[in-house]
Amino acid sequence: MTDATLSFEEAMDKYDPVLGFEVHVELNTKTKMFSCAPNVFGDEPNTNVNEVDLGMPGVLPVVNKTAIESSIKIGLALNCKIAEKCRFARKNYFYPDTPKNFQTSQYDEPIAYDGYLDIELSDGTVFRVEIERAHMEEDAGKLTHMGGATGRIQGADYSLVDYNRSGVPLVEIVTKPIEGAGSRAPELAKAYVAAVREIVKNLGVSDAKMERGNVRCDANVSLRPHGRERFGIRSETKNVNSLRAVEHAVRYEIQRHAAVLDSGEPVIQETRHWHEDTRTTTSGRAKSDADDYRYFPEPDLVPITASREWVEELRATLPEPPAARRKRLQADWGYSDLEFRDVVNAGVMDEIEETIAAGATATVARKWWMGEIVGRAKNADVDPGQLGVAPATIVELNKMVEDGKINNKMASEVLDGVLAGEGTPAEIVEKRGLAVVSDDAPLLEAIDAALAAQPDVADKIRGGKVQAIGAIVGGVMKATRGQADAGRVRELILQRLGVEG
Amino acid sequence: MAAINRDDVAHLAQLAHIEMSAEELDRMAGELAVIVDSVKSVSEAAGDDVPATSHPIPLTNVFREDVVGHTFTAEQSLSGAPDAYEGRFKVPAILDEV
Repeated sequence: MTDATLSFEEAMDKYDPVLGFEVHVELNTKTKMFSCAPNVFGDEPNTNVNEVDLGMPGVLPVVNKTAIESSIKIGLALNCKIAEKCRFARKNYFYPDTPKNFQTSQYDEPIAYDGYLDIELSDGTVFRVEIERAHMEEDAGKLTHMGGATGRIQGADYSLVDYNRSGVPLVEIVTKPIEGAGSRAPELAKAYVAAVREIVKNLGVSDAKMERGNVRCDANVSLRPHGRERFGIRSETKNVNSLRAVEHAVRYEIQRHAAVLDSGEPVIQETRHWHEDTRTTTSGRAKSDADDYRYFPEPDLVPITASREWVEELRATLPEPPAARRKRLQADWGYSDLEFRDVVNAGVMDEIEETIAAGATATVARKWWMGEIVGRAKNADVDPGQLGVAPATIVELNKMVEDGKINNKMASEVLDGVLAGEGTPAEIVEKRGLAVVSDDAPLLEAIDAALAAQPDVADKIRGGKVQAIGAIVGGVMKATRGQADAGRVRELILQRLGVEG
Repeated sequence: MAAINRDDVAHLAQLAHIEMSAEELDRMAGELAVIVDSVKSVSEAAGDDVPATSHPIPLTNVFREDVVGHTFTAEQSLSGAPDAYEGRFKVPAILDEV
């Protein structure tokens, strides 16, 4: 039951993609949206709940003020207008993840609307994504499907429900249709979700961990022939929960839609499920009566009014936007566009900032993170920042190199020692006996040996061909197993041969 | 406001997961039509200068501070559940309404 696909290139030749995203952001408030139960991930099932989260009869919700403030901050960071007055609504449906049989959400009056986000692609192109709205709602409980072979819902015998997540505050950010991305649509999709994630993390309103579902993306894709204005029929791929998956899912859906259209069939408007293992989607359910949610204003909650004073107070607390911060840091550090982009793509911008704050120069910080740590992190399959290199370690290592105590090769070895938990750089240098040989006596011995081994080279140097010295220096470095200071060796050789450097 | 007919009632019953006989549908279509008509008279009373409202009391911003309060134990949470397994509610697998 594999769907036919066209190659991405062929799909792009024939069709123009239109995208749309719904990104759900879980807020990191201490309590739920409408109850005082804790908003905590990973606890024992059905313990972070009370009567409100379980939808007991007769209970009343009370709005979490911090959640409202966080939602307004998100709206402001997305350049949205903040509604002077808005209200909650009931979205009615039956499913065991929602014990009340409705989700408290916002419908016709979202708290934030009409915004935009400028998305920078990997080559520096800026693409503006228009934001339709950002509205508040509550998360649903977590279902685990049991039985069946795969743990997927298909073939499951029964489901187990944990309501700890029930009532966790969510902000759903909805874009307007995104046109004109062309072949960059998959990249834009990834960059957009990354930007939203970065913004909510920067605001401090969400833990923003995609692997925990703090940020979840539904991706809408449709295709139309080039030059046609009317949109094609879209599919909605649900819960694409990593940045890489967002890119792959959009790419896959473009290829699948193109094949459907090429066969002369209409695309079915439906929900698709993303499968990370095969990097494909499968059909969920078609739009149907079940989508008739019969929204109506929530009678148990009074409206929210956001006075302009309150909004401005909140605006004043917003941190520097991530894009502006990047511009500032690049200018401060004097990195070229390419150097800076590499740093950002490697995910070490914060680490470099901390390392500079700890006393390193921008050049030194970049050399260490990009040259030494990123590669090690890749091998260890972790983010560079999680490898365990403290900024102070880098500053200490670099000082040892600058003081001539160790050379770069040794510094790299010491770093391995630090990561292996052998101690501080100074301790490791001591323990491993890694100090650069600076006592001249053993060096002179090695130099004499090297000169004796290559008398013709020694003669050349004596005769003024100083550039031949490399062979002797090489011999000395080899004899001292790289522990000599090459500059000092050179000086000593010239002295020995009575030649002016 | 459009009148409510029998098909509307059948549709709503389906969405609300309420099983209704043909007789009940007929009767309810009639009763609901009366209710809808009654509500219509409210919109006649309200002029264009009266904004729609979902709450009769002019109250806004009833908030709670973000402070953790009481919770249930898993046993308490599950005490009214028809079925449970390993601290969680056990429910039939429902495929067609995901």
